Amino acid sequence: MKKYLVVLSILFAVSIHANAQDRYFTRNGKVTFLSDTPMEKIDAVNTQATSVIDASSGNFEFSVLMKAFEFEKALMMEHFHENYVESDKYPKSVFKGTIENISSVDFNKDGVYPVKFKGTLLLHGVTKDLNGQGVFTVKAGKITGSSNFAIQLSDYKIEIPSLVKEKVSNDVKITVDAIYAKFQK
Amino acid sequence: MRSFKSKSVVFFFFLFSLFSAKSFAQDDLLSLLGDEPQKKEFVKNAFKATRVISAQSMEQVAAGVLDFRILHRFGRVNGGSREAYGLDQATIRLGLDYGISNRVMVGIGRSSNKKEIDVYAKYRMIWQGKGKGSIPFSLIFISGVVKDGLEWSNPERNNYYTSRLAFYQQAILGRKFSDVFSLQLMPTLVHRNIVKTTDDLHDIYSLGVGGRIKLTRRLALTAEYFYNLPDQLSATNTNPLSIGIDIETGGHVFQLHFTNALGMNERSLITDTNGSWEKGDIHFGFNISRVFTLSKPKSFKNK
Repeated sequence: MKKYLVVLSILFAVSIHANAQDRYFTRNGKVTFLSDTPMEKIDAVNTQATSVIDASSGNFEFSVLMKAFEFEKALMMEHFHENYVESDKYPKSVFKGTIENISSVDFNKDGVYPVKFKGTLLLHGVTKDLNGQGVFTVKAGKITGSSNFAIQLSDYKIEIPSLVKEKVSNDVKITVDAIYAKFQK
Repeated sequence: MRSFKSKSVVFFFFLFSLFSAKSFAQDDLLSLLGDEPQKKEFVKNAFKATRVISAQSMEQVAAGVLDFRILHRFGRVNGGSREAYGLDQATIRLGLDYGISNRVMVGIGRSSNKKEIDVYAKYRMIWQGKGKGSIPFSLIFISGVVKDGLEWSNPERNNYYTSRLAFYQQAILGRKFSDVFSLQLMPTLVHRNIVKTTDDLHDIYSLGVGGRIKLTRRLALTAEYFYNLPDQLSATNTNPLSIGIDIETGGHVFQLHFTNALGMNERSLITDTNGSWEKGDIHFGFNISRVFTLSKPKSFKNK
């Protein structure tokens, strides 16, 4: 009985160890968004996104500080924070999801690995399901993850006043680019 | 029997360890990275515009942004229907404000009242912040000069250009208490190079107060008042009091208000106001602005 326990706890310890070794992270992921209408193009960049991927389970998370978005025009930035995403009330946007075909990705081998992911996106205090596709590129030990997808602002209760309907698109394109490093603790 | 029991214990333990391993894997992955360092952050948007109503607010235009601002006041509402309750008359100040940096702003304006031109510089010495070790208020200094453009009232006497000038110094001590409430104090000194009579004082001290209550995301209530220290101005002078609303329409902020003051620069606002709220010497007015980004932030320079 004791033997079992010992073996089990060793196995368990090893499995945790293996888990921890299989994690990748970034603190300066790049997230951009684009609202494009014939009247006005609004794009913004955030280069401080944090993310962690667990390569064994395929679970990953992404966190974006809204205040870190930079805009071309100061007034756009003010409206973004004050009227649309309400960054003081909802400072972060978080994606939690799973890479469905993580088994086909080998982070230790150079290559281009298309992936499918699904999960939930928290934005403006609203959590919604979000599925999409992305690519992991492994080259000389450098792991880059990228994806682009679109969201509808109305899904997240971000309301566009009728006066600026022609200037602000409800469809917002989001691109993500992140260079991951191995997580060591 | 005993062995069966211990087996079931082992099995249970195994299940439990599986479960705990799974729950471990599902734990908040981001928490692995530890707490993000608390960044100091400047508090913004205490007011929607760089003017509370007629007076300067604790806000400035951002670096590289040019703000074309029109301040407009109608006549007195007690003019009655013959004057369309003041709508027949118009007093206006056209102004350009530019942000040299996020802390320094300069501006020039032309008022139809007395054909005045005013030029000022506004400097934010202390910026209210959020987070560890930040200062809980903003302190802003404004220094300006106003030039009167009227014909000389006594052309026969020896008139000097400097007689047209008045200067003002203002400090704004303000705080955004919450998303809803902002308040600022504006101690101000106006120096007039020339005054009408020998009894009039050249230096006028005034203490202003301005505030905002945000009603909804796009609507705010504003008010400003200047208390001129007693026995400085003639008995017909009054203290300017203005009450208004800010309406944010997405691209613009419309400021609509009622005021007893026609002055739209500090000199005329503080030393020329003679309307009385009780008698209905109230003007309806509005401010509108249009901003132009002349210089883009660094990260967008190459686009």
